[in-house]
Amino acid sequence: MLHRAGILDRGAWIFIAILAAVAIAVPILNLFVPPSSPFHVPSYLVPLLGKYVCYALLALSIDLIWGYAGILSLGHGAFFALGGYAMGMYLMRQIGTRGVYAHPELPDFMVFLNWTELPVYWYFFDKFWYAAIMIVLVPGALAFVFGWFAFRSRVTGVYLSIITQALTFALMLGFFRNNFGFGGNNGLTDFKDILGFNVQAQETRAALFAASCAALALCFLICRALVTSRFGMVLVAIRDAEPRTRFLGYRAESYKLFAFTLSACMAGVAGALYVPQVGIINPSEFSPANSIEAVIWVAVGGRGTLTGAALGAVLVNYARTTFTSGFLAPYWLFMLGGLFIAVTLFLPRGIVGTWQWWRERRRERSAHAPTSAAPPPDAAARPAE
Amino acid sequence: MRRKSERLVLLLCALAFGAALAGGASAQTQIDPPAAAESAAAPQAAPDVPSAPQPAPLTGLAKALEHFLADDFSETDAGIGAVAATGDARAAAIIEALQDRRLLFSVQDKKVFYKDKDDKLFDAATGSAAAGAGPPDLTNVRINNRLRRTIDAALGGLRLQAGDANRRFEAAQAVLKSRDENALPALDAALAKETDARVKRALGQARAAVILHSSEGSEADKLAAVATIRERGGQEALNLLASLPAGTPPAVVGAARDAVASIQSQLAVWATAQNAWYGLSLGSVLLLAAIGLAITFGVMGVINMAHGEMVMIGAYVTFVVQELIRQHNPALFDYSLLIAVPAAFLIAGFIGILIEQGIIRFLYGRPLETLLATWGLSLVLQQAVRTAFGPTNREVGAPSWMSGAFEVGHLSITYGRLWIICFTLGVFLLLLALLRYTRLGLEMRAVTQNRAMAASMGIRTARVDALTFGLGSGIAGIAGVALSQIDNVSPNLGQGYIIDSFMVVVFGGVGNLWGTLVGAFSLGIANKFLEPYAGAVLAKIAILVLIILFIQKRPRGLFALKGRAVEA
Repeated sequence: MLHRAGILDRGAWIFIAILAAVAIAVPILNLFVPPSSPFHVPSYLVPLLGKYVCYALLALSIDLIWGYAGILSLGHGAFFALGGYAMGMYLMRQIGTRGVYAHPELPDFMVFLNWTELPVYWYFFDKFWYAAIMIVLVPGALAFVFGWFAFRSRVTGVYLSIITQALTFALMLGFFRNNFGFGGNNGLTDFKDILGFNVQAQETRAALFAASCAALALCFLICRALVTSRFGMVLVAIRDAEPRTRFLGYRAESYKLFAFTLSACMAGVAGALYVPQVGIINPSEFSPANSIEAVIWVAVGGRGTLTGAALGAVLVNYARTTFTSGFLAPYWLFMLGGLFIAVTLFLPRGIVGTWQWWRERRRERSAHAPTSAAPPPDAAARPAE
Repeated sequence: MRRKSERLVLLLCALAFGAALAGGASAQTQIDPPAAAESAAAPQAAPDVPSAPQPAPLTGLAKALEHFLADDFSETDAGIGAVAATGDARAAAIIEALQDRRLLFSVQDKKVFYKDKDDKLFDAATGSAAAGAGPPDLTNVRINNRLRRTIDAALGGLRLQAGDANRRFEAAQAVLKSRDENALPALDAALAKETDARVKRALGQARAAVILHSSEGSEADKLAAVATIRERGGQEALNLLASLPAGTPPAVVGAARDAVASIQSQLAVWATAQNAWYGLSLGSVLLLAAIGLAITFGVMGVINMAHGEMVMIGAYVTFVVQELIRQHNPALFDYSLLIAVPAAFLIAGFIGILIEQGIIRFLYGRPLETLLATWGLSLVLQQAVRTAFGPTNREVGAPSWMSGAFEVGHLSITYGRLWIICFTLGVFLLLLALLRYTRLGLEMRAVTQNRAMAASMGIRTARVDALTFGLGSGIAGIAGVALSQIDNVSPNLGQGYIIDSFMVVVFGGVGNLWGTLVGAFSLGIANKFLEPYAGAVLAKIAILVLIILFIQKRPRGLFALKGRAVEA
């Protein structure tokens, strides 16, 4: 059902335009418009919006594999958190002697645990370039190894979902341990500088927000380029009928592995941008519940649409922010749970997916007399299990 | 689970301690009443008549008590030994009074007094009530930590003569630990009188421990003692033999070394047995949690992420049943679990049917969507229970037949765990029989193997689907009843089991109940055998990683279905 379209169709143009406008407008309205003005963006809002953009990037990465390759990962939060930890390690090394124990090398929690020297895996994290490589490399490498085993032995569908969930669960248990060397229960926090700028400063936060938007736009373009290419067509073919694609001579596992690894790298970038904006990373980011929730963002927005994933992430998280404070707080989990059920039962295409389907149907009707109703885009996506 | 077991151990310790205290108190009251009655009847009565069975030690006791007048720690120490050595019936009461700072002395009168728990003053030497408030210069006999140890040892010796066999046994164990040389005469006396075989053995072992650690004792005695201790085995014996005092004859040291080696190898065997038992216990919990999932996921192919919440609901049903019983008919409390099992099955099963009818039947053939919808459902159910019962843990009591433990060799087995293993196997066999021998089971198997064919044979497939799902959920509810005994009953109870349960079903092989059984027990035992080397968390991680690798190798589990059923 997917048309071979250009990289930038109308929806993509609108998405990029909105993103660019927000990335420019929010910092300006925050920094240069006086607080008395009705157009002023309050300071608390900037990191909050930045958080939404990071979530949108995570959702985008999930949509790439779930929407186009049919891989439902319930452990994508693990890649997000690993990217976040890589960034957190860089930020911890930047604290230097300003920590509570004023140790020039060791982060506070290591001094507290009576460690005398830096573990090997913390070496070089004081250099930003090294941290930046690790942010992409560590989640990517884990995804590659994991995917290599999983796809080669044709673990698909629900089995894959469950073992990805086990993966993030195992990582969570590990990171909760103090002797793992990542701050245990408390995680990494109390950051001071990023690239020499104060993390808490308004200007830095505005810059981080703009950077998050830029990263989202860039990853969106990469995803668009990928799914509109020949490669993308094969991915969709694998999603819809993996054995048939394999019999046609395509190495399905290689295609899936590439998409999975790329997606994990994007999730890592999202996590890395997320950490300086919220100021903390701890093992609860690995919890399977977080990863499953990220999947529902994609489902709400519409899987296989990319723009929908980002939209869904922002909408659900906006709802979370609104409803978890105030008198509605005890009902938030009812709403979130209800959303899972309602979307799967009544809106299987998601918001953007339904919109596209409705427009396509109208166009078809106006083009020629109604013949047979087009099957819904996800009909073929149902695995034949 | 771990916290629960620790609590159980604590509870047992507290119970043992309480029993000892209560025993001590009752012993004291056994001594006090005659004296009190006597003093009430004839306040000026002759001091030696009332309770002393043998008049001769009286002077001994009075003499022993003189040590306490010195107000000096080492004199007091000697006094404790002397009082204990008299074998007087009041000795225990006097030393207990010293322990509780109720022993007083008066230099002026050269007398020692003790107060009973009601603050009544008694003359320690005679046991008669003291007139009025006693002499004006009454002072507490002071004690320090060293003395407390002496006191414990002395009391241990005295309790060797207690009336109750269990108390004597405990006292013998206490002596075994303290290895107090002063207890030797008391031990010998007790050994001569003892008739209970178990207590006699314990006394002999205690005596051997004392002899080994005493500076005297012939080499032959000590060698015999090593043999006795070696026969006893266990960690305590190991400590005993490893810490022989300097000056022990070389032959004894050699014998002890041999004994240590033999005990260690014996302990290793027991440690393996212990691990196996823990593994069986964990495996039964896993099996219980996974067995319902083996029906819904394994047989029907429905990914029910709300499965854990069905377990949680079963646990809360137990809680509610117990509350109702407490309010209306406390006598039934021991039967509360028996009542809760069918109640939990019906309620969880009913909720399961509602879920199938309301959500899952629209999502057949779309496993990923089912997964998400049931995950959302699990959030709703958790929050509903949290709203209704509060977010904190609820207390679910254990009926008397499930509490306590017994020993097999060096293996301690709690009744609760034993019952859970039996119960799990019972549920498993029942389910197997249901699938094999009942009409519903036949229809279930028919529908899962070939839906279209089953429908054309006149089976109402939709109804069978609903009932199958209800059955799986009901069994999860039953699991909740059992798990309420070993885990905290909170809204999050189910979440802890969901990943483990899926692992068990996937590992064992989908669609095969025997696979689930083998999977649960092998994961449980593997986990417990890894724990001593890697710690609890790393063992769990290792198991998860192993399963992930295993699924790569055998994507359809240990016992994969073969033939046409695979395609279903």
